[in-house]
Amino acid sequence: MHTSIPEKEYLAFLASGKFMIQRSPKSGRYVFYPRLAEPVTGDSLEWVEACGRASVYSVTVLHPKPPEAAYNLVLIDLEEGPRLMSRVDGIAADQVKIGMQVQVKIIQENGQALLVFEPRGAIQKALS
Amino acid sequence: MTVSGAFPRGESAIVSAATFGMGAAPGYSAMELAVQASLKALKNVGLTPGDVDGLMICLPDDIFSSLSMAEYFGIHPRITDNNRTGGSSFQTHCALASMALAAGQCDVALIAYGSNQRSASGKLVTPLRPSIYEQPYRGMRPLSAYALAAARHMYEFGTTKEQLGHVALAARKWAQLNPEASTREDLSMADYLGSRMVSDPLGVRDCCLVSDGAAAVVMVRADRARDLVKRPAYVLSAAAATSHRDITNMPDLTTTAAREAGERAYMQAGIKAADVDVVQVYDAFTINTILFLEDLGFCPKGEGGRFVAEGHIAPGGSLPVNTNGGGLSCVHPGMYGLFTMVEATQQLMGIAGQRQIPSVDIALAHGNGGELASQAVVILGSDAAI
Repeated sequence: MHTSIPEKEYLAFLASGKFMIQRSPKSGRYVFYPRLAEPVTGDSLEWVEACGRASVYSVTVLHPKPPEAAYNLVLIDLEEGPRLMSRVDGIAADQVKIGMQVQVKIIQENGQALLVFEPRGAIQKALS
Repeated sequence: MTVSGAFPRGESAIVSAATFGMGAAPGYSAMELAVQASLKALKNVGLTPGDVDGLMICLPDDIFSSLSMAEYFGIHPRITDNNRTGGSSFQTHCALASMALAAGQCDVALIAYGSNQRSASGKLVTPLRPSIYEQPYRGMRPLSAYALAAARHMYEFGTTKEQLGHVALAARKWAQLNPEASTREDLSMADYLGSRMVSDPLGVRDCCLVSDGAAAVVMVRADRARDLVKRPAYVLSAAAATSHRDITNMPDLTTTAAREAGERAYMQAGIKAADVDVVQVYDAFTINTILFLEDLGFCPKGEGGRFVAEGHIAPGGSLPVNTNGGGLSCVHPGMYGLFTMVEATQQLMGIAGQRQIPSVDIALAHGNGGELASQAVVILGSDAAI
């Protein structure tokens, strides 16, 4: 039973540099955040490594009081289907657009492994 | 008329609705504010706390709020509930009260709320637990969740910042007709567009007030309602739906569970959106009004921005919406849902003063909880509607 403590296992994977999501062997449906059972069906889940390709579903740019710089907050649709919250790095906050193709990156922030995304390939070149 | 979903349509009614401490009420605790509103609501119809045997209350700082209020009043209610679905809690309380009254499980139901968030903390008090999957990215909760929904609505339907602005302007114009509204100074489109951006596309003027305030409503069975008050607000239906907790897990950011709750509420009430004379939706942010008008069937999906920009929801428009000034300009102590029920009741009773809509027979009071997560709808009707 390798999904007994999903949240803890996910964070351990992340700390080792792997972005793992879950899949139902029965339905083939992918699941994030990590759970003990597939939503609705209650079926068991297995870990699989996410391909890392994704797109921006929605974006907001937060404007804290100066001198803190503006930063973006995004909802990301993984190619496998699940959605998660993240941030797009490597680009000005106000240049992050809905539909933008992005690639996952695991960074260290505040002493912890953190998922962020970066613009992918052609998009990155077109913007530079 | 057919009754669907086994809701006891028209079998109970709100006979009194009161508010207290609207805007700022320094020095009071949340409970004291709720008690003040409750005493006022009971007194209006010649009742006392001792008559209450169904007690529903949600407070910002007390997960045992129904026990606390029962103790405060020295009563032994047969039915208590402190369901916490955020701002929609009170609509769900109304659903329970309607069923309990109809079943004879209680005779007098009190639904109460109070919050001193402005005087006590000066900011929005939210019980939302942080998510380890969201917190590191430093969104402002719940503001950024609504900003993400607004951005997506703009992307899919071409909704504009100016259209969001029309929601804020309409709310302010209604507030100017309501002496209880806490923010009543003129608001122009230039003021709106010039206000500080916080979480793009939402700025300061897209956000609800941070206020104190309390409200209470009293419900009894229909037969008794007619003895207590001239125009009872009969509960034609009350329905709720929940789709997620955190905004990340909302299936589609442009369609809320208000569609599902609304469909059930209309079915149970035996009416359609076009039959509603006055609409109160939970406008914590300007995008809310647009989303909920669409999801509750007052305009097609995606058309909400254009609908509000055409002036329909402002005073003099074809569909009176948030006639008290809403969470944007009247009051927003954290969980605003009970105030939509208070305003719907007052409109139905014909006691809304300068902002009174002529001949209201059906009023809708909507509640929203969390990050567009919990949606609940109460439909009230006059004698003519039954």
